[in-house]
Amino acid sequence: MDSDSLIEARGLTRRYGPNLAVGDLNLTLRKGEVLGLLGPNGAGKSTSMKMLTGNLAPTSGDVLIRGISLRESPQLAKRHLGYLPEQPPVYPELTVDEYLGFCAGLHGIGKKQRAEAVADAKRDCGLTHMSSRLIGNLSKGYQQRVGLAQAIIHRPDVIVLDEPTVGLDPIQIREIRSLIAELGKNHSVILSSHILPEIQAVCGRVMIINAGRLVYDAHIDAHLGKKGLVAQFAHAPAASELQFTGVQKVDIGPAGRFLLELADGADPRAELVNAAVQRGWGLLELRLETRTLEEIFVELTSGDATLREAA
Amino acid sequence: MNAVWTIARHEARRIFVSPLAWAVLAVTQVIFGWVYIGMLMQYLQNYQTADQYTGVSDFIGGGLYGTATIVLLLVMPLMTMRLFAEERKSNTLTLLFSAPVSLTQIVLGKFFGLLSFVGALVLLLAAMPAALLPAVNLDLGRLGAGLLGLFLITMSFGAAGMFISSLTREPTIAAIGSFGLLLLVWLLRMPAQFDNGFKSILEYLSLISHYQDLISGLFHSSDVVYYLLFTALFLWLTVLRLDIERN
Repeated sequence: MDSDSLIEARGLTRRYGPNLAVGDLNLTLRKGEVLGLLGPNGAGKSTSMKMLTGNLAPTSGDVLIRGISLRESPQLAKRHLGYLPEQPPVYPELTVDEYLGFCAGLHGIGKKQRAEAVADAKRDCGLTHMSSRLIGNLSKGYQQRVGLAQAIIHRPDVIVLDEPTVGLDPIQIREIRSLIAELGKNHSVILSSHILPEIQAVCGRVMIINAGRLVYDAHIDAHLGKKGLVAQFAHAPAASELQFTGVQKVDIGPAGRFLLELADGADPRAELVNAAVQRGWGLLELRLETRTLEEIFVELTSGDATLREAA
Repeated sequence: MNAVWTIARHEARRIFVSPLAWAVLAVTQVIFGWVYIGMLMQYLQNYQTADQYTGVSDFIGGGLYGTATIVLLLVMPLMTMRLFAEERKSNTLTLLFSAPVSLTQIVLGKFFGLLSFVGALVLLLAAMPAALLPAVNLDLGRLGAGLLGLFLITMSFGAAGMFISSLTREPTIAAIGSFGLLLLVWLLRMPAQFDNGFKSILEYLSLISHYQDLISGLFHSSDVVYYLLFTALFLWLTVLRLDIERN
């Protein structure tokens, strides 16, 4: 195990009776990483997060937080963990201060440091002016912030956020996003969402889960931004003829269309046009395109490869 | 232990910021007050005969606490129904489950928090006979034993109610469930009237068999142990139930 990996999941599997909710999930998160967990509704995101935070025992597999097993010493491991579930776990009858004070105590913050921890968490989440308001009277956005403050009050190494921007208005979403980006500098964050731009905006790494299985795991800039060349010809050449410098792979699509995967920095457009003129391929269309997260997502979760061609 | 204390204080605060606790205290106080006045008047009418057998402490204290037990059997399920069911329903149980505390600490914390309410109830009940102090020579030991008995019984009600609350996510179902369970254990002795093989077991297990002496100030350690065991059993079952929930 890497010494700097803060949370590591090994072969996490969870079954509900005969149904497989999550199968063989492995993940490692290092300090300062923001990991986006992406998947369609019901893919197993929340189940994975519940297992990562010790709210649900995995059928098999284990989670290590700073090398401490969540199965063997849950209390020790949970010290380094902050969790915001899908619905913020707040008590409507308490004020923000009372609630955060309780959360600080729950995480073993001593009486003397408690006031400071509460003040810091409120400042980070923009709650300072709401200190003595009843949580039940706050708007959904502010309740979400209270939930977030609860997750970071003990300055954990790992923060797990389950769909933190659900049900918020666009301005609140932006605020929460920038807050998460801010948190990502000093903590490791795992974030789940089914909103693609959100993941692209705040995460350094993305994992896509579909039907309980991990289908994609990469740094945002590794595959994203990777360029492809789409070309369509009236008289389709053989795929081998399109192997220009910098072309890594040639996919053949319908109706004389080709998708050329390019190496970083390669741009064989001029070469291709020249060849097309000389050999009489009849070039109909030529366009450089970047793969977006959305394309990868649709491709991996729809189970229909031709969709990529359509996109 | 720190975590238990934190959870207990939190629970006590939540109980006392809810209108339910105050409504329960108010309603029960009206009933207890009524019974207390009734007892006083009854005593005044035939104090000569009453004094021969029992005395004022026993007559008023024992009578009041006996009635109080039945009223508490009715209201404790209302106080315990929220403990876990409501937390589960509003998804706040996650907060406790993801915090670095054990299930035992959660259960004990919640239980001690509930005891603060039980304590308030018992103190208010202590105040009624104590109002006689300036005028009458009271047997304080006897009243104290009665109050202790009342506290132990209410504590047992609370533990059983908490267990039922941990089974469901609907507070109302938890309330009717705990009420049913308590009444059943209360009445375990009924079939024991007929002579059968289980007579002594049923009689021992019934809540009713152990409270009469305590309420009237007779302190048997076996009765105290019964209530402590009863409480510990249900606390343990609650821990088991919560553990199953995670698996």
